[in-house]
Parts: sequence; structure tokens; C-alpha cells
Amino acid sequence: MCGSGGAGVMTAANMFLDAAAEAGFYALFGRSSGPQIRGGEAAALVRLGVDPITSVDDTFDIMLAIDWQGVQRFAAELPLSKNSVVICDPAAGDVPEAYVNSGARIVHLPMKDLAKAIPGGRPNMIALGAVAALIGFPIAPLTEVLGKSLKKKRADAYESSVAAVKSGAEAAASLGDVKKVGAPKAKDVKRWTITGNYGTGLGAIRGGVRFCAAYPITPATEVLEYLSSALPKVGGVFVQAEDELASVNMCIGASYGGEASITSTAGPGLSLMIEGIGLSMASETPVVVVDVQRVGPSTGIATKCEQSDLNIAVYGLHGDAPHLVVAPNSIGDCIFTTQWGVYLAEALQSPCIVLSDQALGQSRGIIDAPADVAFVGKRLAAVAPAEGEVFKRYANTANGVSPMPVPGQAGCQYTADGLEHTETGTPTSQASDHTLQLEKRQRKLTSHDYGNHWATIEGEGDIAVITWGSCTGAAREAVARARADGVNAKLIALRLISPIQPVQMGEALKGVKKILVVEQSHLGQFTRYLRGEYDLPAKPEQLSRPGPLPMRPGEIHARLLSMGK
Amino acid sequence: MTSCNIPNTYAAKDFKSDVKPVWCPGCGDYAVLSSITKAFADLGLAPHQTSVVSGIGCSSRIPAYTNTYGFHSIHGRALAVGQGLKLARPDLTVLVAGGDGDGFSIGGNHFLHACRRNVDLTYIVMDNRVYGMTKGQPSPTTESDWDASAMAPPGGTGMTPFHPLAIALAAGANFIARGFSGDPNGTAEIIAEAIRHPGFSFVAIMSPCVTFREEQREWKDTMRKTAIEATKDAAQAARRLMTDDGFNCGVLYRGNRVSYGKDKVVSSKVSDLDAEFTL
Repeated sequence: MCGSGGAGVMTAANMFLDAAAEAGFYALFGRSSGPQIRGGEAAALVRLGVDPITSVDDTFDIMLAIDWQGVQRFAAELPLSKNSVVICDPAAGDVPEAYVNSGARIVHLPMKDLAKAIPGGRPNMIALGAVAALIGFPIAPLTEVLGKSLKKKRADAYESSVAAVKSGAEAAASLGDVKKVGAPKAKDVKRWTITGNYGTGLGAIRGGVRFCAAYPITPATEVLEYLSSALPKVGGVFVQAEDELASVNMCIGASYGGEASITSTAGPGLSLMIEGIGLSMASETPVVVVDVQRVGPSTGIATKCEQSDLNIAVYGLHGDAPHLVVAPNSIGDCIFTTQWGVYLAEALQSPCIVLSDQALGQSRGIIDAPADVAFVGKRLAAVAPAEGEVFKRYANTANGVSPMPVPGQAGCQYTADGLEHTETGTPTSQASDHTLQLEKRQRKLTSHDYGNHWATIEGEGDIAVITWGSCTGAAREAVARARADGVNAKLIALRLISPIQPVQMGEALKGVKKILVVEQSHLGQFTRYLRGEYDLPAKPEQLSRPGPLPMRPGEIHARLLSMGK
Repeated sequence: MTSCNIPNTYAAKDFKSDVKPVWCPGCGDYAVLSSITKAFADLGLAPHQTSVVSGIGCSSRIPAYTNTYGFHSIHGRALAVGQGLKLARPDLTVLVAGGDGDGFSIGGNHFLHACRRNVDLTYIVMDNRVYGMTKGQPSPTTESDWDASAMAPPGGTGMTPFHPLAIALAAGANFIARGFSGDPNGTAEIIAEAIRHPGFSFVAIMSPCVTFREEQREWKDTMRKTAIEATKDAAQAARRLMTDDGFNCGVLYRGNRVSYGKDKVVSSKVSDLDAEFTL
């Protein structure tokens, strides 16, 4: 569903999702918009189904254009086929060429006129009713949702919206046949509706985060938005910082004080935070930094998705600075992976970069209820030394993790330092001290048992699809389609990007003869990372392109079939 | 868990560590360190309930020379680290310390916003109008025509020196004072008062760099205790600061703004947060 800003596209789509949730469907609702603050063109990209959905599809069945203002700019993001139908208002003028050329059937729905006939009626509600009727979506949950959101506050708006939805539904009868959605079956299944960015915020709190300092940036702002209201409820503190430098360093200060801390940003902000992340690493003061990736470099395309911050996240710190990098691979997994990231950061006294992306962060899903897992961050507590002995904050322990006191604890005072230091924390420039601390800081990461969370692994086959982040959903669907065609492939979606897990990867790739890497980066950063860091059994084939166009299941499926020949 | 004896009161020396400072002989920062530790002792604080946070530079080395909880962070970010610590741990006494380059150049933005935010902490800038650690470049507070160092452009930078106290006032700092390292007892009194005063307290301490600014030795003859009482009136404080010759030491402004931050109150269990998303 698309139109100019103010046409109510996002409002209608959110109501549609609320109704779908109510009725027992699953859905994925992504958003695409122009760079304008308000009033720009907007597209609500909704996939609806009776089974769980984790990926965009290859094409859209219905494109509903409330008007055509700026909508031609979305053409590449709105693939249509000859089986698609374009519903548009004849009053909105000619259909842009790109959509005509798609071969889709074009039908007219006079949304403006129908809306005019209803006092206070709006075209977006006409559109909502028409789409619902066309796909066989029940009207009752729609009017119920309208009631919930409007009835109390604005009874007149409720009446006119219900009338508009019904009017749209009636008018749909003249629009011909469209693929039906089928009967929902999940009404009694425990489901959630959440965006990836809210999930990240929730996961942070579940993991024990009680402090967040952040600076607004698209497409990460919703993490801040969620935490600014949720953190105070659980006794936490939220600060809107003056910039990203302040954000990350406030978090480091709070963490030094004993609170698990998080900040969230996108590529440009991550660039600014890098020095602070290095301080966290060297001073062993845990901090979690969420990067909701968008199209880069520089300001790039701020509202759209790309997986091109892998290099800076893994290799961006100066010096030899091993640290944690984790990546969620679904909306629901934003909750788990962030929670796990907090747990790991606290346990290993390390910075942890959570590499989410716009397609996960800003998409709203109706998903199966996520499990509530037991990962809550906990640090190795310190004990005050015996009288006459000095507390060793950076003690060279077997697993590299040194006891960390909380300020206020008597006898354990130390100075956290980004300067290289001795075991007691005193600045040093000696080679032996440097080597000892480098080894200790690396050892704590490499000796930790990350269990089976390092990757999502599904299926068996002699082809492995290795992917990450929001590409995972499309890859999963492609693997399922290929299996139906007799080509067996295994899906490996990396959750732990750093440190690498060579033994586990070796296990996962046993028997694999061919590898396909799927990612959304022009340089193929993920492919380069895999080839540089892992000993792969075969030179991987690469399916990658830059954002903002998402990887779609069909193209991965096609590549799998040709690899399976 | 610990068998160590926690005394009831601490002397200034209990706040000092045995790490030897990197400072040059004659550096004003030695005296500032003494003033800080004296102020802590005079206030009846305990080292483990006190924290000193800094950035990078000669004076920023100070946390390691104290026996408190310390954080020697990165260049320009001391106030960010210090505010984060204080907001997470309101029970601690947090003192942020550093130099004029760290605080007013690379950290200038944080200085402005820390004044605005008014978190209850004390910020000490040891101002010597030069970058000492990198051997003599002009800093934001350096006189515009200073070119005595080979590191300064001939004729000086031509840039108007930063006026930390006036800027602190304009940005909303709640307590503004000037001290001099040559008067350690007077400076200790000012620091103690700054720590007691709620909100963001800013203390600029003139602390000579005898290595790169030999002429600052004369400060001992020019710095004086101000004869004027501190004011609560920001307009009056502004007039005083803008007509001040830079040599008046003492408390210049005491504001009455309420400190930033609310008491932490738990009103929900973590599991209560699920309800918003559950169908």
C-alpha cells in the first residue's frame, strides 16, 4: 500500500496488522519511505499468511496506490508480476510506466470519491476495506480494531471509518479475483506483535540492562523510543545524550558503576562511537552497542536497509582489540540476540556490538511468542584482598576474566584505564605487560563456551547457505523451496560474528560440498569475512548486492537449483 | 566477604595512591591533587565511595594518583563517563577532572551539555592554557597572541580565548568558582563547597605549566582571593565574569537549579513488559 505522506498508508497498514493479529494470522510489515521528514512518499509492505512468515516474498499480489505522488521511486522495491493486481484511483492520474510494464492487471477504485460520499470518510479506510474484501480477510476484526483505537476518543471518526471500510469492501466486488489469504489457524497459538527495534529494547532489559544513553538516528530511534519509557518502569535510567560520543561514554561510566548499559545507533553513530568501544574493550568495562544498519557509506540512504557495517563492527577498532559482535536474524531474534549480547558482554567484560538492520528493526511482525530465556548479565564479583595486599583488577586469570568490583566496595578501588596497564591497573609501557594483557583479553573471548547459539542451523544437505541478519528469512524460504524441488541445502545463519567459532563451523560444514553466501553488501563484506576468518571446504559462491533492495527467496532458490544440478 | 577494616574517618593521605605522577617538577597539578584529597577528607568521604573520572592529558592522569575508584578514559569524554557513572550510582561522590584542552576543545560539546544537564557532580579543570603532554601547542584558553612556543603560529592563533566561567554560566552550570594551585587550602575549600553544592559544579583551577609556560610562575603574584561575595543572580554573575581580569579566585556563582535525574523507582517487573506485545 503506498501513497504520499499524510495519505494514511502507515496508519491503515498498522490497523490491518492489528486486525490480522486479532483474527489469528501471521504477518510481516516492512516500511519504505522517502527521505522527507513528513509528507514524503511512503510504502507499507505487508505479507500476510496463515503460517509464520520470516521473509519478504518475490512479488506482491496486490499493490494499492492511494495516489501516485513519488510512488514511482519505489518501483524497484515493489516487484509485481502478471499475476499481481494494481488498485488505483482514477482521479490520481496515469499509472507510472514501471507499474504498467510489470504486466500486472490494473483496476480502478475511486477511493477519493467513495470517501467523499461519507462525512469524514478517508481514502485510506476505503482502501483498507477493499483489500480486506479482495483477499477474503474478515471485516469484523477490522471494525473491532477501529473501535479500539477511535471509539472512545473520537466517536464520529469511528463511525466514518467503519462506513468507509464497508464502502471499500462493497466496491471491491467489481475489482475481479485476487489470491485469497485462507482461513487463519493461529487464533489460539501464543503470538506476539512487535518490531525488531522494540524487541531489541525488550531483550536488553531482559538481559539486565538498566542504563541507556542514546542519540536519535534513523533507523535505530525506536530502540531509544522504547527504552526511554520502559527503562524507568524497571528502575533504570534513560538519557538522551548530546551526541554518540557522549552516548557510548555515558554507558561506559554507568557500566563502571555496576549497571549493565546499552546504546543504540546506526552506521554514522557507530563510526563516532568506535573510540569509546575501544575504551570499553581495553578497560574491560562492558557495554552493548546496537547498530541498526542502514545504507552507507556516510549518510547513505538513512531509511533503508543494507548489511555493510560488518567491517567496521568487526575490524573498526584501532589496536588489537578483539570484542563481541552478534547479529539477530529475525524480528523475534532481536529479543534473544540482544539479551544474549548483554549476557555475554557482562560475563566477559567486553563491548558487544549487536548488528541489527533496518529490515529487522523497523519491520513489525506477527510472530510466535518468543521464549523467555534465562540469560541475565552477571559479572565476576571481586573480593577485597587481605590486609597489605593490592587488589588486582586486571588479574591474569586462567580464563582471562578478572574479578570486577562495584564502586562502593571497600578495598577494591582501582583506576579503569585505556592506557595499557599492569594487573593492578597501573599504567605501563612495558612489552611484557602489554603482551600479558593482550593475551588475557583475547583468551576470555576465545575460551568462552557460546553453546549452540553461535548460529541458527537448519536442515541437511551437501549445499550450505551461509547468511546473516535479515537475509536469513529469504534464505530459509529458498532452502524450503529447493527441498521441495529435490535439492537439499543446509541453512547456517551466523549469530556470533566475533569471535569466530572455527570448531563449530567445521562441524556444521561436515559433508558440505558447495557453499552459497547470501548477503546485502556491494563489497561482499560477509563473504570476505568468511573467507578470511574461516577454513571453508569450498570456495563459496556469492549472492550479494547492496541495499536498499532486499534479497528475495526466488533468486536464492534459483541459485540453489543451479548449484544442485 | 571482606575482612579489611574500614575506618570511620580518612585523612587526605588516605585518598592518595602510591603511583608516582608523570608531572614535571613545579607543575601546579601536584597542589591540585592535594587540594582534592584534602577536600575529600574534610568532607568526611571514604575512598571507596568516591570516584575521580578524567579524560586524556597531563592533568587527566590524576585518577591513578588517588586511592578512590577512578576512570582514566579517553580524550574529551571525561564528563560523559562521569555523568553516566553518577546517574547510574547517585550514591557515589563523583569528581571529574582534566585540562583545558580536554575539557574545552575536544570535549567542548560535553562541557556545554553537562552545564545544561546539571547532574550532581563536580568538574575541575586544571587550566594552564597550553597542551603540555604534546609539548606546547596553544589550547582554547591560550592568549590569542601567544607564540612563545615553536608549536604556536607566529603572532599567535588570533583566536579569542575561551572564557570557561562565562560559558559555564551561559550554559546553565549551577556553581562556578575559580581556584589557584598556589593556594591549595583555599582551593580545597572551594572544591569541598563545589562537591556539597547540588547540581553541576564547575571549578576552574589556574594551574601553571612551568615547562611550556614559564611566565605562569608569575601567577603567584597576580592571583588573588576575590573580595566579592558569590551571587545567586545570573545577570550579576555575568557582568562580574565579563569584567573580571581572570585573577579573582573564589566562588563566583551559586545557582539553585534542581539536579538532573529522578529517583529510581521500580514500578514493573521485567515480565510485565511482555504484555504490550502479547496477543
